[in-house]
Amino acid sequence: MIKMKILRRAFMLLLVMTIITGIAYPLAVTGLAQVIFPHQANGSLIVQNGQAVGSELIGQNFSDPRYFHGRPSTAGKDGYDAASSGGSNSGPTNRSFLDTAAQRADEVRKENGLSPDAPVPSDLITASASGLEPYITPAAAQIQVTRVAKARNMSVQKVQVLLDQCTKGRQFGFLGEPRVNVLQLNLALDTQ
Amino acid sequence: MTGNDFLQLGFYLIILVLLALPLGRYMAKVLQGEKTFVDTVLGPLEKLVYRVCGIDSDKEMNWREYAVSLMAFNILGIVTLFILQMIQGLLPFNPQGFSAMRWDLALNTAVSFATNTNWQAYSGESTMSYFTQMAGLTVHNFVSAATGIAVAVAMIRGFTRKQVKTIGNFWVDLTRSTLKILLPLSIVGALLLVSQGVIQNLSPYLTVNTFQGGSQTLAMGPVASQEAIKELGTNGGGFFNANSAHPFENPTPFSNLLEMLFILVIPVGLTFTFGHMVKDTKQGWVLFAAALILFVLMTGVSYSSEIAGNPLISKIGISGASAMEGKEVRFGVVNSALFATITTVTSCGAVNTMHDSLTPLGGLIPILAIMLGECVFGGVGAGLYSIFTFVILTVFIVGLMVGRTPEYLGKKIEGFEMKMAVSAVLIPSTCILLGSALASVIPAGTSSLANAGPHGLSEMLYAFSSASGNNGSAFAGLSANTYFYNIALSMAMFIGRFGVILPLLAIAGSMAGKKVTPVSAGTFQTTGGLFAGLLAGVIVIIGALTFFPALALGPIVEQLMMWVGKAF
Repeated sequence: MIKMKILRRAFMLLLVMTIITGIAYPLAVTGLAQVIFPHQANGSLIVQNGQAVGSELIGQNFSDPRYFHGRPSTAGKDGYDAASSGGSNSGPTNRSFLDTAAQRADEVRKENGLSPDAPVPSDLITASASGLEPYITPAAAQIQVTRVAKARNMSVQKVQVLLDQCTKGRQFGFLGEPRVNVLQLNLALDTQ
Repeated sequence: MTGNDFLQLGFYLIILVLLALPLGRYMAKVLQGEKTFVDTVLGPLEKLVYRVCGIDSDKEMNWREYAVSLMAFNILGIVTLFILQMIQGLLPFNPQGFSAMRWDLALNTAVSFATNTNWQAYSGESTMSYFTQMAGLTVHNFVSAATGIAVAVAMIRGFTRKQVKTIGNFWVDLTRSTLKILLPLSIVGALLLVSQGVIQNLSPYLTVNTFQGGSQTLAMGPVASQEAIKELGTNGGGFFNANSAHPFENPTPFSNLLEMLFILVIPVGLTFTFGHMVKDTKQGWVLFAAALILFVLMTGVSYSSEIAGNPLISKIGISGASAMEGKEVRFGVVNSALFATITTVTSCGAVNTMHDSLTPLGGLIPILAIMLGECVFGGVGAGLYSIFTFVILTVFIVGLMVGRTPEYLGKKIEGFEMKMAVSAVLIPSTCILLGSALASVIPAGTSSLANAGPHGLSEMLYAFSSASGNNGSAFAGLSANTYFYNIALSMAMFIGRFGVILPLLAIAGSMAGKKVTPVSAGTFQTTGGLFAGLLAGVIVIIGALTFFPALALGPIVEQLMMWVGKAF
């Protein structure tokens, strides 16, 4: 009989906690977030001509030489699938991963007209953890400037100016790493 | 190592302690039922909960009643969460129309969240409805963390009470921890995260036409509310598959700092809470110091290994950090190594970097941190009660050395306490070693591996460590959504959780009944640098003796192979 009493209490408490923490709490936070930070709460969407073209936080596939390219992505089948995030999970001594990385390095060199032994920024040959990272390092953007300028018939200086504008320093001057948002940079190029 | 990396590490530690000190004092007040500033709002809510559930908040329990209530609550939680996943297709807030999960996956997830493990054999954005995420997973993020705090506070009562049978009331400890500690912090935390770009909505997934003329479907959902408690409750189950590496879970370096603070603030605060509750803050500081020594050491190894990087990648001819596979540019190497350490010294298991792709020694640290029993601050509540296990072992070993009956806080440590403490160490260790040994010799275990060579063994070792230690992070290349892993890991999670909690509650009960011996010249002081050093030493020695052979065959041999240029 005592056992039944404990079970009933356990059940009631679980039910009450579900209502408080599982329904009231997320709905209250949703309400507050939608009022105070509606842009962020809904995905920091980039809107062009009244139409969402992406999120400033989520990277997209870029292969056209006219655009800056992001990092290799393992999200989904073709990369940058924002409904299927994830990394490669390749270990550091995984031969097929090392071969892929070497192959990517050759492609980056060829695409950007670099010499066959030129160092390639490591973020361009390694996949991000989420597969959705919108950023690359400033060095990774820098080696693409000439290619993009040529493909767009723009002056290198003009592309450089846009790149400098889209380069973010560390947050508050010391947090994280300097980075370039590929999506925003390409948007700036397109709206030139 | 750059100066800026040092700055970020130091800044994190300082802010952490500055936040944990007042929080520790506040938690002591809440857990002892004293009045605090939140009582105007949450006091009536607490009373209402007791009335609705028929709980007499003044009635105390002995350790057996406490344990029975705890088990009843948690097993009921597992059953209801299992059912919820099996019928999610019939429930509201399911804009993507997800249907029932396979039974073994639902079982694994139910045990996983109820035990504060949050191992994820599923991928959030492609299997879980918003309703399951909120009314199922988020709830367990709260109550499993609150269960941990309840056990820790019951143990503290065992140390402080004299010659009584009772150690508190489980329902009251659970309710207070949830409503007055976890809930207010989560609300503030969630809103701070949204300000950085973490999403919080109930919209269906959004399909956009991309720049280059393709289309992209953006997963949506009530993420921030789950994200905040995921870190604060050291749960670690991400809303999305990529967890805290996903830009919608962790968009900026500042959100990353917040999440790292959320993970450790309660575990660190609880060491101070302990000091307040035993009315000797030095007793809290000594636990803090022992954990800090190990934390700094592990962060140092993890960081150095990731900075030293992967020579097999450097060979290709690169600039920048060589170990960038599975890392995000915005966090960089330092915040990835720090996060990996924080999430595994606690029982959190959230990740902002893919641990499977860490350098071998960088990946050894997370495994080792979990194997040590997550007592380096540890999970919410779970960390403190694990530290107590090692405190008991330490005073026993010291007692043997000086030839006196071991005592802690004036209470004699005798045969019964030692048996229980040793059980609490051996039970999860056995699960880890036997589980990974089994997996490594049967096809059902090895066919799930994503990497060959010693790294494959590390994947299995990590899986069973993570489950038995209730961590939840993974070398995620391992395909864990199979009958073998779902069932074996469910068992490891259950045994690793309650196989520790039950012996420790027994200790609490037995300690509460003891007399307090007055301090004499021969009493061994459990404060000060000497004891902190001994405690840290005992933790390392027990961990090393148990696990070194397994680690030598996995990450250590892989590191050596990598140095000589061998790939698999």
